[in-house]
Amino acid sequence: MSKLNLDLNTIKACRVHADHIANQVQTFIDQHSTVSVERSILRLLGVDGINDFGIPLVNVVVDHIHEKADLSLGICHYMSYAIHELNLNPLEISTRISKNKLDLSVYTNKPKSPYLSDLTSYFDLMIKQIDQMKSFRKLQIELTPETNTPQKYVIVATGNIHEDIKQAISAAKKGAQIIAVIRSTGQSLLDYVPYGATTEGFGGTYATQENFRLMRKALDEVSLEEKRYIKLVNYASGLCMPEIAALGAIERLDMMLNDSLYGIIFRDINMQRTFIDQYFSRVLSSYANIIINTGEDNYLTTSDAFEHANTVLASQFINEQFAKKALMDESLMGLGHAYEISPEIENSFLYELAQAEMAREIFPNAPLKYMPPTKHMTGDIFMGSVQNALFNIAAVTSNQSIHLLGMMTEAIHTPFISDRAISLDNASYIEKAFKDFGNEITYNPNGIIVKRAKDVLRDTQGLLKQIENDGMFQTLEKGVFAGISRHKLGGKGLDGVFEKHENYQNPILDYFIRSLKEANHVK
Amino acid sequence: MSNKLELIRPYGDTLNDGKIQLSFSLPLPCNALGEEAAKNMAKKMGIHNAAVVHSAPLGEHFSFYVVYGTVEHQINIKDLNVVEVKSKTMNKEEVEAYIKDHFDQPLVFIGASTGTDAHTVGIDAIMNMKGYNGNYGLERYKGINAINLGGSVDNETLLEKAIEYKADVILISQTVTQKDIHIQNLTRFIELLEAENLRDQFIVIIGGARINHGLAKELGYDAGFGLKKYAFDVASFAVLALNEKKLKRKQLK
Repeated sequence: MSKLNLDLNTIKACRVHADHIANQVQTFIDQHSTVSVERSILRLLGVDGINDFGIPLVNVVVDHIHEKADLSLGICHYMSYAIHELNLNPLEISTRISKNKLDLSVYTNKPKSPYLSDLTSYFDLMIKQIDQMKSFRKLQIELTPETNTPQKYVIVATGNIHEDIKQAISAAKKGAQIIAVIRSTGQSLLDYVPYGATTEGFGGTYATQENFRLMRKALDEVSLEEKRYIKLVNYASGLCMPEIAALGAIERLDMMLNDSLYGIIFRDINMQRTFIDQYFSRVLSSYANIIINTGEDNYLTTSDAFEHANTVLASQFINEQFAKKALMDESLMGLGHAYEISPEIENSFLYELAQAEMAREIFPNAPLKYMPPTKHMTGDIFMGSVQNALFNIAAVTSNQSIHLLGMMTEAIHTPFISDRAISLDNASYIEKAFKDFGNEITYNPNGIIVKRAKDVLRDTQGLLKQIENDGMFQTLEKGVFAGISRHKLGGKGLDGVFEKHENYQNPILDYFIRSLKEANHVK
Repeated sequence: MSNKLELIRPYGDTLNDGKIQLSFSLPLPCNALGEEAAKNMAKKMGIHNAAVVHSAPLGEHFSFYVVYGTVEHQINIKDLNVVEVKSKTMNKEEVEAYIKDHFDQPLVFIGASTGTDAHTVGIDAIMNMKGYNGNYGLERYKGINAINLGGSVDNETLLEKAIEYKADVILISQTVTQKDIHIQNLTRFIELLEAENLRDQFIVIIGGARINHGLAKELGYDAGFGLKKYAFDVASFAVLALNEKKLKRKQLK
């Protein structure tokens, strides 16, 4: 039932523009690969571990080929030849390369590899692992009592995975349904994934496979005690976006922050690099049934939430189409938005509600990710609690899906154990008090809320049309999103992008795509 | 002022009644022992008649307390020493006029959030056109060329750019302060300036929610600005300091 009476033709037109925008980028994506995509493929072949200098073997191997051979043929070209001729497994091959006992450049001038089937048994081991994780998660979610209120999501960010676990357990016992481990500041710019359990991070904890495993194990235990499945979130973003997506699939993370636009704008990651990386990550996440979270909310931390609301909606439309290109089911598209209008603005709550209801109506099947106030939070924690309460009311009333709880100490520090508990109490109270409020109310068809939604949608259509005309790359150069301009040849990670050789092959991506198409066909 | 007023205690509803509230968590289950521990903690802080008015479990092994009581300590305000930016504050138009009157060329302000800190909220609030809370940023000031390098900028890169653009003022924002990472980072920048013998070439200012002028002076910066400081505060200090340091001052004809 529509409460806002949005113009369906305008929504349809927005989707057509967004589809065209995504198509332009997809043509570029399909012709290219990156060092991080190739490293992910190695991980999916079972290559793990580090060399004597602490460098991950997947980096050693890809760098080896990048320097000595021709990476444009793809890692599978070299691995398939080496496995076939040397009768070694991918990990053994990688270890030998790291000890300078093997040089894969001898396969550079060989014809297109006829030995891809030699990779199958190794890929199958990881696919089996991912499949088991999918079915385990599906069963656990089925066993979890259903709630029709937004899922309460809190972050832990101590820098030490063992402390994070204590905080996560405490939050889960207090009613949290989703736990995100925030990454150490700066990890998005590392061109490798750190290794092992880590205890030193700043503003967060490093995303590593071992940290994923430790936290997942702890949350599985608390899930059993609480008799409801607690979801785990991390960040498949930054320069190692696809590798972290792979690790998340293997270690059963349930959600991943995954948004190229965020990396381009806020981390100055090269746009070519991260669009290619994002496609591989999203196909992989689609296959692994991992919900992605997009980062539109961040635009509003630098540009004004009232004036630039249309950039958020435009980006949601574009992210939806990028996800569709990756064959992602709508139930996995956690499109982002946020409660960031200045408390100084009269009727700010009405404008927030308009934006939230609008997102809900336009993306009815998406698990929308709703972010709390951050920009206008201050050291006044008491006022902050009230700001969070209004945000919670908007979240419950407009039936958001992934409800990032605001912390009253947002402007002060990464949350203390008690900050999180206070937030959970706040949200639980409001979710109970306002449970069916959204179903009880309708909006004045000539009122502020309906008009605001209509205006934002109209402005979004205009913006999307402009982006389609300019193209995505030029739009980013113009600084349309968050008022920050980025260049196609600027930013970090461009040297890891390459055009695919005509003999390039990526059988694991082909497998995921084939499976997803078959699954959709069955539906 | 009488002695009585120079010695102060917190105020609840009667002068110097010493009433205080605090809240904290303990790594103990929420039970009578936890509550006693909370009271004891308050007592050691000099709080008499501590009352635990609220306690709640945070999972099995942690608990949360809200405590009210009467603090025994008093402060003699005569003993206090506050380090503040002392120069006068001008509004945007006054700063612009001051620049016009005192300098020949536009002043170059270069800014960044440095080290691993990717948060640009602070530097954007000061530098970007829009500014913050209705106070325009430096980009909009006549006579100022504002260059915002954004977040995660290395100290080395910042200095390189400052030289390249012939900057007069360097602004550094620090948002992430967990485990004092900002202190190390800010110290390194000053060391870098000194190693290159360039400290006197620039006015160097730091900012951030956890930054204050006292900290800035201690670390060797010209000034530090914390919460509720805007572009005009920073610009006022910078133009006056530049004039005083005789940097880029108008040549008398």
